[in-house]
Amino acid sequence: MSYETIIGLEIHVELNTKTKIFCNCSTKFGSKPNSNTCPVCLGFPGTLPVINEEVVNLAVKAGKVLGCRINKLNKMDRKNYFYPDLTKAYQISQFDLPICSGGHVDFELDGVKKSVQLNRIHIEEDPAKLIHLEDEPFSLIDYNRAGVPLAEIVTEPDMHSPEEAVAFLKTLKSLLEYAEVSDCRMDQGSLRCDANISLRPVGQEALNTRVEIKNINSFKEIQKALEKEQKRQSELYTYGEGHKIKQETRRWDSGKGRTIPMRSKEDADDYRYFPDPDLVPIVVSDSQIERIETTIPELPPQKKKRFLEQFKLTEKEVEILVADKALSHFYEEVVDLGGDPKTTANWILSDVLRVLKEKEIESSDMTLKPEMLCKLIKLIVEGKISITAGKEVFNEMFETGKDPEDIVKDKGLSQISSSDVLEKIVDEVLAANPKSIEDYKSGKLQAAGFLMGQVMKKSKGQANPGIAKELVEAKLKEF
Amino acid sequence: MEIQAMTAFEIKKGIEEGKFTSEEIVKMLFERIKEVDPKVEAYITLCEEEAIKSAKIVDEKVKKGEKLGKFAGVPIAIKDNICTDGVKTTCASKILEDFIPPYDATVIKKLKEEDAIIIGKVNMDEFAMGSSTENSAFLKTKNPWDLQRVPGGSSGGSAAVVAAGIAPVSLGSDTGGSIRQPAAFCGVVGLKPTYGVVSRFGLVAFASSLDQIGPFGKTVEDCAMLLEVIAGEDKMDSTSVKEKYDTDYLSVLDGSVKGLKIGVPKEFFGKGLNEEIKASMESVMEKLREMGAEVEETSMPITEEGLSSYYIISSAEASSNLDRYDGIRYGYRAKDYESVDELMEKTRTEGFGKEVKRRIMLGTYALCSGYYDAYYNRAQKLRKEIKREFEETFEKYDLILSPTSPVLPFLSGEKSENPMEMYLADIYTVNINLAGVPAISLPCGFSKDGLPIGLQIIGPHFGEKKILKAAYALEQELKVDTLAIK
Repeated sequence: MSYETIIGLEIHVELNTKTKIFCNCSTKFGSKPNSNTCPVCLGFPGTLPVINEEVVNLAVKAGKVLGCRINKLNKMDRKNYFYPDLTKAYQISQFDLPICSGGHVDFELDGVKKSVQLNRIHIEEDPAKLIHLEDEPFSLIDYNRAGVPLAEIVTEPDMHSPEEAVAFLKTLKSLLEYAEVSDCRMDQGSLRCDANISLRPVGQEALNTRVEIKNINSFKEIQKALEKEQKRQSELYTYGEGHKIKQETRRWDSGKGRTIPMRSKEDADDYRYFPDPDLVPIVVSDSQIERIETTIPELPPQKKKRFLEQFKLTEKEVEILVADKALSHFYEEVVDLGGDPKTTANWILSDVLRVLKEKEIESSDMTLKPEMLCKLIKLIVEGKISITAGKEVFNEMFETGKDPEDIVKDKGLSQISSSDVLEKIVDEVLAANPKSIEDYKSGKLQAAGFLMGQVMKKSKGQANPGIAKELVEAKLKEF
Repeated sequence: MEIQAMTAFEIKKGIEEGKFTSEEIVKMLFERIKEVDPKVEAYITLCEEEAIKSAKIVDEKVKKGEKLGKFAGVPIAIKDNICTDGVKTTCASKILEDFIPPYDATVIKKLKEEDAIIIGKVNMDEFAMGSSTENSAFLKTKNPWDLQRVPGGSSGGSAAVVAAGIAPVSLGSDTGGSIRQPAAFCGVVGLKPTYGVVSRFGLVAFASSLDQIGPFGKTVEDCAMLLEVIAGEDKMDSTSVKEKYDTDYLSVLDGSVKGLKIGVPKEFFGKGLNEEIKASMESVMEKLREMGAEVEETSMPITEEGLSSYYIISSAEASSNLDRYDGIRYGYRAKDYESVDELMEKTRTEGFGKEVKRRIMLGTYALCSGYYDAYYNRAQKLRKEIKREFEETFEKYDLILSPTSPVLPFLSGEKSENPMEMYLADIYTVNINLAGVPAISLPCGFSKDGLPIGLQIIGPHFGEKKILKAAYALEQELKVDTLAIK
């Protein structure tokens, strides 16, 4: 019997606000532990939450970008459970009346158009961060994250392979990034994903028992975790042990490369949801929605279309550039400064991406300025340096942030294009290699290549290869 | 005049006119407290040093002729569930025994802005759960009229200090009658404002949708004056009311009830009502008619369901509100534990008293997924109907009159082992919180044994002025003594 995989995702994104959802503390990532806290986000007795209007606006924006229905009347509920990362022993979230319902994300996978339906988007507060020390009998708590606004996006069980889940998530991430709803930094936890996965015989309508996998924090891990869980379930079904699949939550252990049971449905908390009496229902007006719609910038699908038409790039090139908001922005800036669209794309897609990957830097953290890359490209186009020298300048420029012209000067990388100077070098090389001239004359044309090499060597690599080649060939013909 | 007999109004005027200084008043009051409080046992924390310091600042302002606040130099006692910056706020619970908030409740901020002098924090039922103040982890506060009896609750300390003359005025909180019932038991005036008129920021939550801070005083005028200071919208409390309503409460105290239509629901006179209270109410009704009000029997049948709705909603909210006391961040923490779960469990087991645990369990049960509809949801539906019935009644009447409590102050220990009987003490007050309307308890006489009797005047939403006007007129007519210990 063959089985079909069913995957649904729950994605938490931290919303791009300056302050927390219910108080005025900063949401800045990486601050000193417990410095962005106050009695309200610490849940001190007598304190009360007051909703940050910007959170509502961003959630509505996300809803509009993802084609959701905006629930003009929605409310906050309390999700009650005990855990040291929760300051009030309840999380203020949304239960039966979320801010957005429905919606969809469209994307392509291996040239096939797909659409994943969304169930809902709701807003809630992030709990604190627990830090478990390896060899100590206690844990530490950083409450800076407590009260950072989150949007939880819940999909329908619409995906059928790990690849599809990853492609969906990549598309969702780029949409939210473009719309500036969230910075979606998976490395900083501002985009986190839980996955529900089940298998069923092809043709069966009803869904089988699903397993929830938590703690998967990169595209690569999601792919691996889902593959692994898919395999585990598939094996159990194949060998008639399908009944052993329990509805449970499993944690992805990236180190061990497998999922580990966390808790089963029977141990699950009864969250005792009820409307938070400290907050009034949220009312979103039509004019508010209209105003928010005008703040939605150009999104990836439109940008792809425009890049294809405007810059004559290939589909693949546009795909990679647009998938990364910061990179596409960088690209356009270089082109706007006068960089040739094709050459600029080549530099970004090869060298920039290579260095980012080597150094494990996010494109949004890149310090390289568009002006610098533009200058470098011009130096090459104008023949002032060779492409080889260009690569060296690029690496240095990326590392130090120095001006490319200064690097060329400091390293003596400028290219010799002047025919007078080059002619002298060529003459010297020819004079020193009479045998090669003989070889050439006798029909061994590859001798020209050798002589070219000698010219480059003598010029310390600075000879403009085009002009040098012309000179060598012209001189040889004279003999 | 002796300090114990002085009203806030008289103190304020005397200070303004230079008859005495705030420092003199505060020092006299602390002497009186040292003499009387050991008998009444109402204060959990005294702030003598700070109070004298604040009084001196006010006196300095008087001397320099600077503008004075609305409560300049007047001492006030605060229920121990209202947060005071730098001063212990315990909720009369072991779990917050040493809790010192780093912030002031909005009402405290406002009082300080108006130059009031905070003299101490007073006893209550733990987390405001109870009707006798016997559920305090620290003190057994006595009824100043009869030290064998309870002062009522949960704001028993706030009522007792006023009746004992060891604070001219005080603040309490009222979730289901916690201001009005002790006011009735102690023979003083106590007002629960419309839900949303007074900010809840800094009031340690019991049941968020019902809690409201309000004033206690020996006179209606003092309550009006204090309400004027603490009322108003607060950006820190989303449930505080945004629309404008006048807070010049003193302006309506003209002594007249002429033409007022007062409804008296027969459901508030049912079985269980003490005969002496009933008789007292009847004579008040007669008096009101003499004074020119129209007093008429009416019916509000749904209010008989109020008690069960109240105990489900208040306990449900409390179960969630009190979950934060887990020993992790502040307050009491159990000593021996093996895991974080055990730490939280032991802390709560050791830190909370019996009644609080009972309500947490009741509320947790009512919110469980299988029971939510049968309990919490049904209670909410009932609450809506109660609210509607009040609104309908206020289409016909300006005010509603009832006894505050069905019983006279009972003996200490008399009901503490019988929670159901204790809960029945709230039968006339809980509906008001469910409807969110304002109500005052006014002393209207004494039983033959000399125990105070209180009446309740209920108004429509934002009808504080109407209530105060009628209460003031009755007060002038009835002339009931409000000072228990001379």
